[in-house]
Amino acid sequence: MSQKQNIFANIDLTLVIIYIVLVLTGWLNIYAAVYNEQHNSIFDFTQNYGKQLIFIVSSFIIALFILVIDTKFFSQFAYLIYGIFLLLLVAVLGAGNVVSGSKSWFQIGGFALQPAEFAKFATALAMAKFLSAPDINTHRNQTKIIPLLLLGIPALLIFLQNDTGSALVFSSFVLVLYRVGLSGNLLLTGVGIALLFLVTLMFDKIVVSGIFIGFALVLFFFIKKNRKNILSLAGLLLLIVGFVFSVDYAFEHFLEDHQKTRINVLLGKEIDLKGAGYNVNQSKIAIGSGGFLGKGFLKGTQTKYNFVPEQSTDFIFCTVGEEWGFMGSVIVISLFIGLFSRLIILAERQRSQFSRLYGYGIASIMFFHFLVNIGMTIGLAPVIGIPLPFYSYGGSSLLAFTLMLFVFIKQDMNRLQLV
Amino acid sequence: MPDYNASKFYMKNSYYSNRKYIIIITFIIVGIIFALRLFYIQVIDRSYTLSANNNVLRYITQYPARGLIYDRNGKLLVFNEAVYDLMVTPNHVKNIDTTEFCTLVGIDKAGFIERIEKARKYSPYKASAFEKQISKEAFGYLEEKLYRFHGFFVQPRTIRKYPQSLAAHLLGYIGEATQSVLDKVPYYKSGDYIGISGIEKSYEEELRGVKGMKIRMVDVFNREQGSFQNEKYDTAAIMGKNLYTSLDAGLQAYGELLMAGKRGSIVAIEPSTGEILAFLSSPTYDPNLLVGRVRSKNYQKLSNDPVKPLLNRALMGQYPPGSTFKIVNDLIGLEEGVLFPSTFYSCQGPGTSPIRCTHNHVSPLDLKQAIQQSCNPYHWQVFRSIINKKEYGSVKNAYNAWQDYVTDLGFGIKYNSDLPYELDGNIPESEYFDKIYGKGHWNAMTIRSFSIGQGEILTTPLQLANLACIIANRGYYITPHLVRSVGSPKSYIERFTQKHQTKIHSQYYDFMVEAMFQVVEHGTAAWYKLDSIPMCGKTGTAQNPHGKDHSLFICFAPKDHPKIAMAVIVENAGFGSTWAVPIASLLIEKYLTGTVKRKDVEQRMIEFNMISKP
Repeated sequence: MSQKQNIFANIDLTLVIIYIVLVLTGWLNIYAAVYNEQHNSIFDFTQNYGKQLIFIVSSFIIALFILVIDTKFFSQFAYLIYGIFLLLLVAVLGAGNVVSGSKSWFQIGGFALQPAEFAKFATALAMAKFLSAPDINTHRNQTKIIPLLLLGIPALLIFLQNDTGSALVFSSFVLVLYRVGLSGNLLLTGVGIALLFLVTLMFDKIVVSGIFIGFALVLFFFIKKNRKNILSLAGLLLLIVGFVFSVDYAFEHFLEDHQKTRINVLLGKEIDLKGAGYNVNQSKIAIGSGGFLGKGFLKGTQTKYNFVPEQSTDFIFCTVGEEWGFMGSVIVISLFIGLFSRLIILAERQRSQFSRLYGYGIASIMFFHFLVNIGMTIGLAPVIGIPLPFYSYGGSSLLAFTLMLFVFIKQDMNRLQLV
Repeated sequence: MPDYNASKFYMKNSYYSNRKYIIIITFIIVGIIFALRLFYIQVIDRSYTLSANNNVLRYITQYPARGLIYDRNGKLLVFNEAVYDLMVTPNHVKNIDTTEFCTLVGIDKAGFIERIEKARKYSPYKASAFEKQISKEAFGYLEEKLYRFHGFFVQPRTIRKYPQSLAAHLLGYIGEATQSVLDKVPYYKSGDYIGISGIEKSYEEELRGVKGMKIRMVDVFNREQGSFQNEKYDTAAIMGKNLYTSLDAGLQAYGELLMAGKRGSIVAIEPSTGEILAFLSSPTYDPNLLVGRVRSKNYQKLSNDPVKPLLNRALMGQYPPGSTFKIVNDLIGLEEGVLFPSTFYSCQGPGTSPIRCTHNHVSPLDLKQAIQQSCNPYHWQVFRSIINKKEYGSVKNAYNAWQDYVTDLGFGIKYNSDLPYELDGNIPESEYFDKIYGKGHWNAMTIRSFSIGQGEILTTPLQLANLACIIANRGYYITPHLVRSVGSPKSYIERFTQKHQTKIHSQYYDFMVEAMFQVVEHGTAAWYKLDSIPMCGKTGTAQNPHGKDHSLFICFAPKDHPKIAMAVIVENAGFGSTWAVPIASLLIEKYLTGTVKRKDVEQRMIEFNMISKP
């Protein structure tokens, strides 16, 4: 009675509303993307849009379920849930089906289940649990290694499924680590290394090394010429040049051809209009032809006539870009940014460290998907097949993201009772 | 304990809690970068819209029917026949039954592969011609079954047909536009037809109409999905304009018959209007040979033929006018006052010098007799007196004046009417002689061959026929032209109605008409005079350094209110009176009376064959 009324009293409506808007507009876009004139009812269950409705309804039920169960359930069973999905990740390597080159799916009845999607959720729980332990000492080596293991093991297992994109998602947890004290300088160094990585790939390794040697020589004239400085400068230069050459070597010898092509296409070194380049090219064409206001609902010619591959999954944003134009695209982007920011703000006001870190965790995961998926459609990120949360067609993805989000909403609802 | 831990947490947390701002700002910056990128590709850069359209739009050219060409009596000279080009888009050709396809089209497997490769080389994703002008039967079979052969479609075209099979040089022919045309004129795309010679060329713009365009939407498998924006951008093809020529098909056909087996040309004009009634070059060919698929093969054959049937002698044949030119000198002499109808000169026949006479006649003789009998020495005297006229002060000045008159009479110039590839003949400038002989070192004697229409003087049959018109009209001509009206029978062309008045006074023309009448009544053309029709003319026998003399005759009839003026040239046929005159007189008989009574003459003309091997 009064207790029941209190259950939903503190629910953060902003998050719930953004969630519902994204899910429903995502559903409409799937309808537009795979629109089939013979089956033009949005409720037609033989088509993807009809199926997505089933997933949506299931997600709503799950969400409701989460909101009513005990608040402490997830923090208590975090490691257990994590362990279960780890086992499923191993199992799928043996008993799973191969879809689009990755062995990532279980076939259950008429539906397919992708454990990797849920593993992201489980990892967020486990990370939050570990990092929120009361006696945690961030300076001990053990404390530094275990989070890497918590991230690395599922990432490796997913990588073994041949789903490199989902494996890369786990790198997004760096934002969580940053929040608990990971050195900002370390983060910047990481970004610097990534940029150096890019520069090495874009330009010739001799040229790049030459430029750094030149820099060093110039610097040499300005520093105090004592032993310490000279050694540091020389050492740093050696490190950089060594890195440049190893990156180049690694790129040539450790990447598969199609991965090399995707990166080259992104960097503009290759045009490959048949393979990886074709997808992005068609995607840019579809989005770019949307203009300021878009071509209108169901009137997108590129998506209507199937020029963009994977239009209901990885490239779902193309439908938005083509049919709703710049205005529509900006609105969708704003909704996402709003979602992530709201999550961070709410995470920050939690008294429970677990809730806080869990919030940061899921915001990072979703942000990473957003960054790579949309970036890929507009040619700013390599073609890595990961879904756009709440938008891409797919039951596992929608369920997993709904789970992620509503567990946090639940935590936030009861924040005053948690520690 | 808990309190201590709690505060320790708060301390630690608030130590790093500002990092939330950094993280949120990172999110926002990424959002802004995406928005900027989207703005660029969606709003600023228009090439994506173009690419989108390229994916989705198929442009189907609507080819208009080319204008028809009629003769002066409404007989159809050129019309259009429908043919079909089989087009292919190589990338869309998948899973087809090649054997069945080859049977339907009528080629073998190797030919199929060859054609596909050629199309692929042109472009794998744009349509190009697989097989041009497939037969009507093939089209019939294919039309039904084409849906089974992905990547192929049929483009309707038209080709020209000539029901009368005459006037090949005049009408010209069409063919595909060459690269240089495609480069210069953007209207034409690869594979478009364009007029290459004759009036197909000179009236190309009127005849070709305007291409239309249908735009269809296609999906990724190149299947048509419907019209684009409700046909808002579709344009209909506009049919070409018809041409109504002044040609008389019956006269033309008769002329081609009489000239068969001979080299030469006939140009017949209606003097009062300048309308060309007949215009033929012999040997000629059936214009249907240069149509469609067989064109290049036949063109090769024709251009390799030693008698040069493709050469349009009427416009591009340049001949020495011979004795026909004497009229010109006479008119100039009369106008200049150095010659009178009563002027007498003596002639000793073949023994005269510096120019000997080739005819036997009375001596001395007056102007009319000299024309009638085509006396060379007489005309040498005429020419000499023109060039030596004292009032000019010098030979050069007198020659320049003479040249002026000659040009005024339509020689040495182009008429720029509606026929392409006109040559202007040759009437040399005085500077030419200055260069060869040195200034002041030449005189009438040096260029005495001009007095009898030989030497460097060259004229075209068109110019000679025009001279006949000038005399027929007693002093003026209207630019000879072939097309009376464009679009509809009554839309007459303005520039072809202007009179060119010559400098010579009409009374001299009156005299000349009489003199030319005497040529036919009693003179060199008398054999073939017509009973009922008074005809005026002048024979010519042009010396030809390469072989036998050419036979020339210019004439008009009837003497008063002439209806037809003509120039006939038969190459290497000897005396003008032997061949050119009878042919001309037969044509005039046919044109003015409708029938020919002198069947024996006709027979003899038709049988005279200089070209065919024995």
